[in-house]
Amino acid sequence: MIAFIIRRLLATIPVMLVVAIFVFLMLRLTPSDPAAIIAGDNATAEQVADIRNKLGLNEPIVTQFFIWGSKILRGDLGESFFFKKTVAELISDRIEPTLSLSLFTILLAVMVAVPLGVLAAKRHGSIVDRMVMGFSVMGFSVPVFVIGYSLIYVFASELRWFPTTGYRRIHDGAGPWAYYLVLPTLTLSVVYIALIARMTRTSMLEVLSEDYVRTARAKGQIERKVLFRHALRNAAVPIVTVIGLGIALLIGGVVVTESVYSIPGLGRLTVEAVLARDFPVIQAVILMFSFVYVLINLLVDLVYSLLDPRIRY
Amino acid sequence: MTSMWGSIRGGALAAGTVAAMAAGVTSAQAQKTLRVVMHSDLKIVDPIWTTAYIVRNHGYMVYDTLFAQDANGEIKPQMADTYTVSDDKLTHTITLRDGLLWHDGAPVTAEDCAASIKRWAARDSVGQKLMSFVETISASDAKTIVIKLKSPTGLVLIGLGKPSSNVPFMMPKRVAETDPNTQISDFTGSGPFVFNKDLWKPGDKTVYIKFDKYKPRSEPASGLAGGKVVKVDRVEWRAISDQQQIANALLSGEIDFVEQPKHDLIPLYKKDPNIVVKDYNPLGNQYVFRMNWTQKPFDNPKVRQAIFYAFNQKDFLEGVIGNPEFYKECKAMFICGTSLATEKGMEDKFTSNFAKARELLKEGGYDGTPIVLMQSTDLDVLTNLAPVGKSLLEKAGFKVDMQSMDWQTLVGRRVKKDAPSAGGWNAAFTSWVAADVTNPISAAFVNASCEKAAWGWPCDEALEKLRDEFARATEPAKQKEIAEAVQVRVSEVGTHVYLGQWYQPQVHRNTVTNFITAPAPVFWNVELK
Repeated sequence: MIAFIIRRLLATIPVMLVVAIFVFLMLRLTPSDPAAIIAGDNATAEQVADIRNKLGLNEPIVTQFFIWGSKILRGDLGESFFFKKTVAELISDRIEPTLSLSLFTILLAVMVAVPLGVLAAKRHGSIVDRMVMGFSVMGFSVPVFVIGYSLIYVFASELRWFPTTGYRRIHDGAGPWAYYLVLPTLTLSVVYIALIARMTRTSMLEVLSEDYVRTARAKGQIERKVLFRHALRNAAVPIVTVIGLGIALLIGGVVVTESVYSIPGLGRLTVEAVLARDFPVIQAVILMFSFVYVLINLLVDLVYSLLDPRIRY
Repeated sequence: MTSMWGSIRGGALAAGTVAAMAAGVTSAQAQKTLRVVMHSDLKIVDPIWTTAYIVRNHGYMVYDTLFAQDANGEIKPQMADTYTVSDDKLTHTITLRDGLLWHDGAPVTAEDCAASIKRWAARDSVGQKLMSFVETISASDAKTIVIKLKSPTGLVLIGLGKPSSNVPFMMPKRVAETDPNTQISDFTGSGPFVFNKDLWKPGDKTVYIKFDKYKPRSEPASGLAGGKVVKVDRVEWRAISDQQQIANALLSGEIDFVEQPKHDLIPLYKKDPNIVVKDYNPLGNQYVFRMNWTQKPFDNPKVRQAIFYAFNQKDFLEGVIGNPEFYKECKAMFICGTSLATEKGMEDKFTSNFAKARELLKEGGYDGTPIVLMQSTDLDVLTNLAPVGKSLLEKAGFKVDMQSMDWQTLVGRRVKKDAPSAGGWNAAFTSWVAADVTNPISAAFVNASCEKAAWGWPCDEALEKLRDEFARATEPAKQKEIAEAVQVRVSEVGTHVYLGQWYQPQVHRNTVTNFITAPAPVFWNVELK
């Protein structure tokens, strides 16, 4: 197992290298000039050139890449072109809201979707099943921002139960922190509830027709135990896969949700950095997201072996 | 609908839960905090290093100026107590008011101010011109700044009282001695608010705390001049980028003031009795069409002149702003309502006289090659300019290749001198804050110094001579005469084509009062009920 983990971690190196080269080249090839953006409208050509020089953007692309790469290898993500802050500082400032939102979303999605999926499978063909499937189709189909604006309209603008925008940090108190996350979490979790509920239902339907489930029922096992101990555990591998993929896909959803609710997280930082052509920030954030993606895939593989003893690495 | 929401609102369970969760949110806002949404998030904090307007606005919070423009456009002393000019107009002496302090408690000295003027002058276009007249800037004692000139100029007050980017903000000597091409990292000012670096969270909020030891002038606040009396404890600039969300936040009372609400949403704001819609910047903004002099066909003055005849201002203003309450046609390049406003040279222009435009195109030998017109698609106040322009240009006989892109791509592309087919460009639209273009020195697009000029790179010796003459002029009548000549010359050579003035109203809750009418949004004098 340890050898497997080490092997997988080593395999991330070429993946990260490819991502780094790709992101670096893409940014340098886009028709934009961070120096002109920084200088502002009133700047003279000379001022723009000065800034370009200061940022090292006049160097050949290969030189720029090696300077950046050597810094990354030393653990230095560089300094933002715009903020008088290091990229590491910016990321550490922004990571809490994103982690909070992601954690709440995944927890809510799993807590709601798995029982819904099990229920739909148990009542296969019934009105409950159709309702779960209907919700699932809707969850896939409606874009995240539409759900966000709808929730804001109802619960923030009309009912005034929740704030329309913003975020409170956890050190401001758990109450305000959770309060500000309610609508964003609901917004982002809809698509994951839909995804996980559907996969749970499909997986459960396959398992419920297996002999061991029939045997468990024949033994007189109560239905709750049949469903959750015998059936769900055997149906769990594809569900865990979807949850894992969902966490990775969450990155995209976080960008939209953070923008809609003006949450100062990594998603919004990415959008701002892209719009401002803040190359060091974009490069660092994308590298980080890629690393998280690889790591989650590794975790999912490890969870397989916990759920199914037949799977060994 | 309202009654339905009303009845749901009464849901005791939900309300109880929400109240419990929200506990602590309200207590955190106990002090008088003004919550505002500016036109963009604050990323850079050196108002001398960049000309970005958000950084200028930040500058007005944190720093003070020696002189400032009042509501009538006159330059008045601000940190300055007295200002005298020698009979030969070569020595300008400024003494500082008593009791001026930096945010760290140290007194403001003339040495600090001399160093600040030098750093500002190294970056700013008016400052650079001013320095060509300056022999020395020094401190004769702790409170007296002496500017000695090589020859007389009217730019001392124009420069030191400049209301918009770059504003000559005063900084402590240790900060002002930072290389002008490097951002400062010490944010000590002497202005009415202290910038709290620890609470500055880019993408979230910027926090300014009232500077208790600030000594305001005794005169009432007027424009950017007069007494800067702070009546709130704290101002928070909240970073919300989505206009609909800004509206939701203002209507629900989560924020107090919005600097640049979308024009389309003004009717929504007006419907709410708790919201005040008012324009606090009477000079407004000016739309501009800029041509690239280094590329065909705009390397030809006849072709550039044709634009003055092809365009009319109303089509652009209608197409973008729509509501006549928020725009004005104006043939004065240096902004209607200012001392240098004139229609000279423009009397027969902006009439969409397509026959005349075609004639000029023919004289200019335009061969029908499509011009690359860049369109910015993500800024509401600019997006529709290019389609309107394309239509008018085509009616005048141009072929137009309108290329759409986001604003930052446009900003990056417009500094390229490559051929349009190789990633360069022929023409683009933009907008100026009117306060930036009220004279021939500060108006960047009038600069026709070829390579050193702003993007578009106009090159005209006669125009540069006129700008130099303006810089030397010290009498208002003479300045006006030269400004008229500059405008006439612009109409002949076509450095740019201006397309009328538009206004950006601000919106705020009616619990906030006493905003100051000024070319930049400022938050002293503002009261919060």
